[in-house]
Amino acid sequence: MLLAARDVHKTYDTADGPFAVLRGVDLSLEGGQSLALTGESGSGKSTLLHLIGGLDVPDRGQIAIGGADIAAMDDAGRAALRRGTVGVVFQQFNLIPSLTVAANIAFQARLADQYDAAWVDALTDRLGLTSQVAKYPEQLSGGQQQRVAIARTLAPRPRLVLADEPTGNLDEDTAASVMDVLLSLVAETGAGLLMVTHSTALAARLDSRLHLRAGRIA
Amino acid sequence: MIAVTFSALFGHWRRNPLQLFTLLAGLALATALWSGVQAINAEARASYDAAAATLGEGQFDRLVRRDGQPISQDTYIALRRSGWLVSPVIEGRVGDARLIGLDPLTAPGDLAPKTLQGAGGLQDFIAMGGQIIGAPDVTLEGAQTDAAIAPGTAIADIGTVQKLLGRPDEFDALIVGSVQPLGQMALEKIAPDLTRQVAQGGSDIARLTDSFHLNLTAFGLLSFAVGIFIVHGAIGLAFEQRRGTVRTLRALGVPLRLLVCLIGIELLGLALIAGAIGVGLGYVIAGFLLPDVAATLRGLYGADVSGTLQLRPIWWATGMAIALGGTGIASSAALWKLSRMPLLAGAQPRALGVIAGRGAKVQAVASAGLLFVAFVLVLTADGIVTGFALLGALLIGAALALPIVLRGVLGFAAKRANGVVANWFWADTRQQLPGLSLALMALLLAMAANVGVSTMVSSFRLTFVAFLDQRLASELYVTADTSEQATAVIDFVTPRVDVVLPIMSTQVMIANRPTDVFGARDHATYRDNWTFLTAGQSPWADVHARQAILINEQLARAADLAVGDVVIVGEQPLTIAGIYGDYGNPIGQAIIAEPLFQALFPEVLALRFGLRLPREDVGELVADLQSKIGLPTSNTINQAGIKAYSLAIFDRTFTVTTALNVLTLSVAGFAILMSLLTLTAMRVPQLAPAWAMGLTRAELGRLELIRTVMLAVLTGAIALPLGLALAWVLLAVVNVAAFGWRLPMYLFPWEYAQLGGFAILAAALAALWPAIRLARTPPADLLKVFSNER
Repeated sequence: MLLAARDVHKTYDTADGPFAVLRGVDLSLEGGQSLALTGESGSGKSTLLHLIGGLDVPDRGQIAIGGADIAAMDDAGRAALRRGTVGVVFQQFNLIPSLTVAANIAFQARLADQYDAAWVDALTDRLGLTSQVAKYPEQLSGGQQQRVAIARTLAPRPRLVLADEPTGNLDEDTAASVMDVLLSLVAETGAGLLMVTHSTALAARLDSRLHLRAGRIA
Repeated sequence: MIAVTFSALFGHWRRNPLQLFTLLAGLALATALWSGVQAINAEARASYDAAAATLGEGQFDRLVRRDGQPISQDTYIALRRSGWLVSPVIEGRVGDARLIGLDPLTAPGDLAPKTLQGAGGLQDFIAMGGQIIGAPDVTLEGAQTDAAIAPGTAIADIGTVQKLLGRPDEFDALIVGSVQPLGQMALEKIAPDLTRQVAQGGSDIARLTDSFHLNLTAFGLLSFAVGIFIVHGAIGLAFEQRRGTVRTLRALGVPLRLLVCLIGIELLGLALIAGAIGVGLGYVIAGFLLPDVAATLRGLYGADVSGTLQLRPIWWATGMAIALGGTGIASSAALWKLSRMPLLAGAQPRALGVIAGRGAKVQAVASAGLLFVAFVLVLTADGIVTGFALLGALLIGAALALPIVLRGVLGFAAKRANGVVANWFWADTRQQLPGLSLALMALLLAMAANVGVSTMVSSFRLTFVAFLDQRLASELYVTADTSEQATAVIDFVTPRVDVVLPIMSTQVMIANRPTDVFGARDHATYRDNWTFLTAGQSPWADVHARQAILINEQLARAADLAVGDVVIVGEQPLTIAGIYGDYGNPIGQAIIAEPLFQALFPEVLALRFGLRLPREDVGELVADLQSKIGLPTSNTINQAGIKAYSLAIFDRTFTVTTALNVLTLSVAGFAILMSLLTLTAMRVPQLAPAWAMGLTRAELGRLELIRTVMLAVLTGAIALPLGLALAWVLLAVVNVAAFGWRLPMYLFPWEYAQLGGFAILAAALAALWPAIRLARTPPADLLKVFSNER
């Protein structure tokens, strides 16, 4: 089992008092499979994604990736997990503005010490970024920036790809084209894909689908 | 991982060169002002140390004749035979050089020039007969150079100097070694005509000039504080703009500790670069100012300071240390915030208003706390440390209060504004305040420092000129070399002048403190010109009734004496009738009636005289004294000449302070420029709606310029009282604690108006470029604000 989450709880302190975002979520995912996570705004989708990505820790419950429990890891352990095992594609792209496109694509692979020049070149080519490599992120369109983010995420060949509304900031055509390339590349690498989305059309393109409602799987 | 992360972090500076320039330039300028001032101080202090090492000034007690005459060789031999470890010294002038003769075999170890410490040096010094060792600026023929000797000074074996000066078997003083054998015979029994002058515990020259250096150091520190505000602003902005990068890096798996370390290393590297540039610039500033400082110190205090600058490791080291320390101070808050930042914190740079809103309460509390501490210290401060603590609390408290006060003023203006543009202008200015507040704080500190230091220096000038009028009331001063010559001079001048006022003094202990006592003749010159800090009803009448004494402020403060207290002078009890200001004098001084002085110290003869005569007769009398009595013109001092010279010296002092004023204000202007340039890009989204609704780009640019000038004017209005408070603390607290005398404070409205004008000009010039850039912003850039494409 690539990913197994059991009885995951998360509560945030708000101005109106504690707010339980996740109230005992269970899910699992095998390598090479894709899973869409849907739900209303505020249902806890992004929070769950952040917990699985090691960006935050659950208050209760277990999240195991490749058998290793994230909740039991310290900061350094979770950082190492994010470097090499899990890749996240953010809605806001989160590229590093001070680096060129080429440096951004290679960044995470170099960070994880898993840089493979041929694979990075192939990704750059497949994502149609070859002519953009010398540019900086601010010089690209939204669709191009998301392609760079996808290339960066896949460059170290992560075992699990998490995508948080990856096309939420793109128009319909661009979104479709970005999804095509994302799904095809993830399939090629054999990674598992967990994608948060509002779009039922996009969710339908994945192997399975889970719906979150008020912090629970519906 | 380290290399790739560092490349991502450092890439920020590559993409934002202006911000990098701001950081480097701010730190370099701050370091430059600090290290420039320190370079001047170090150079001057090295000169004093050289003087002290050459003459033993302030280090060793000295034996001199009570009547000021030379000491004979027989007296010296008698003292040595009685076990007194004394060493003879003779001094005179050869050409432009001050030539000092000493006996290297008996001189205390610290007095021997370094040149003699090498192999064979001492042998050559004595054996060659005539070997002269001079400072680098001495041009005596055949003199060997030694940089450790005081500027303008040369030394030689005492026999050589006696020959050169034509004064065989004579000494001017005997230096008393710090270690003396037990049970030596009393001085009075061997040489009753000699008196022992107690060392002042440090070079007199250094103590006299410490006030000047303290002022310079305070100025350097304030300038540095202004620079640190710039650096703090630049670092804070860089951190805010890199929040997204930091979040992304952490999301991609870079450990937080590594990020903090790398940013720390990055700042360290930048601080080293800026520090090196700053120290280099400081060297240039010091080189530019040092000739004027040297002239000031030479003229004011008679301290010889080399007019050329040497590279001294100590100020390189302190310059670099202050750059690193300043960067540490400026970045500590940002680094701390970074280390506490949650991984999922907002990635976008937070609106400055949001940050300010959160910090405003903390800032207000800190400001109120610091101002309260300052208030308490005003009532209680009595030392240098508490004085500087008061300065720090006052300045930082006021700086922190500035944005709060400005916000209030702008809010009030917004309520009173008529018209839609005026309303928008005030509201927009209020919104801009957080982004500009650091630069405005820097401007506030710069202006307050300038007001404070200008007030202090100008007060010093006024006081000193009045002091000269008091002390140099006689039209002509003459000094005789011998008592015979003194008698001849008195006989010659008496029929041609209104009065001859003898100036006679000796050193005694009053209230357990070494004090120079003067005997004053009963004459209107003193009654009319002498002013007192505090005095009884008729101080001079009491003095001349032989019942009273006048003492200087230093003695009064050091011994806690007041008018009405009784002190003993040579077993004679005298009531203190008045306390007078005696600026620059490091030790106690007292005045008693001439007849009483002669009765108490009959062996002291007057060799100096003040002569009162019509001013127009001074030139003729000086010429006649030279031609008919043989008194060299160098033994006469024309009062008008001294005053003119002193004022000229003060003008050079002003050159130094004016240059520092201009530099500090320029640094503050630079801070405003950099803040505005940095904000320009952020301004576009705020100005685009106003542009879209009908304001032209030119109007927007003009309003930006007006806004900056108006904020500078408001800041200046707050800086003025703050600067005056700063001056008061320096004059009434720090100076008293450091030197034992207090300078009266005067106000100089015209100088403040000029300063305000210059500050507004600096702010307007700083705002001009960003305003022009804004006025020329392409419409396409403004339109992007309304597009959601990116």
